[in-house]
Amino acid sequence: MEKEKKMPLQKIMLICSKGTLEDVYAALVMANGAVMEGIETKMFFTFFGLDAITKKTMDKLHTSTVGNPSMRMPGGLPFPTMLGGLPGVEAGVSKMMRKQMDELDMPPVSEFLELITAGGGEIYACKLAADMFKLTKEDLSDEVTDIITVGDLYGMCDGEGVQIVFT
Amino acid sequence: MTIKTIAGVNVDVNDEGYMNDASQWNKEVAAGIAAEENVELTDQHFELFEWMREKVANGETLTLRGIGKSGVVDAKQFYKMFPGAPLKKATKIAGVPKPTSCI
Repeated sequence: MEKEKKMPLQKIMLICSKGTLEDVYAALVMANGAVMEGIETKMFFTFFGLDAITKKTMDKLHTSTVGNPSMRMPGGLPFPTMLGGLPGVEAGVSKMMRKQMDELDMPPVSEFLELITAGGGEIYACKLAADMFKLTKEDLSDEVTDIITVGDLYGMCDGEGVQIVFT
Repeated sequence: MTIKTIAGVNVDVNDEGYMNDASQWNKEVAAGIAAEENVELTDQHFELFEWMREKVANGETLTLRGIGKSGVVDAKQFYKMFPGAPLKKATKIAGVPKPTSCI
């Protein structure tokens, strides 16, 4: 059998459709990692993912304390869902998580976007979702290149060694 | 482990070309590795290498964000100084181990 030819990844499009802290960071870490490897990187934020590139919300993202079975108390005890529903609990837990991430040198979302674009990565917003949430370019981070359609997105994904990842 | 002669110095490197012994590093060795990586070195590069080597000697992890806040360069300049894969190239030329950080 012929030896399989190696095809290194050359370009990646990461789609982020959720606005929870962990979903957004997963996409950002992957995008930043790709930029650092010299891979052409583009990000597309849609639906609640738009929170991650909206000036007002991007540095205040929350993680869900309700319906999140992996949520634990400090020390490892289970986190009761009833407790997670109390006012202020989600905000407090999210703040704590952001602090812990910062200690690991994971920057706040706004700064993370700057790091990605500093390396040549590009950030895009979904037109349909932006229309739906009534957001314009002015509401979005300065790192956002443009608000584009799905067709534009596919148009950007041409060439060899391209992957589209939906997070 | 391999011994490679760079700029007349016998340097102990791993399979990926990273130096195993930071004490074998000097400016000429850096220039030798930089030539292989197609990086042209300036005074700013060496200023950054000094900063990086000190951090590593103190047991700290190098990250893109940390380098961007080093006061020597910002993230944009860092990408420009080491086109392609900046953190990998910079650590290789600075004679420190390949970074294990994801950011």
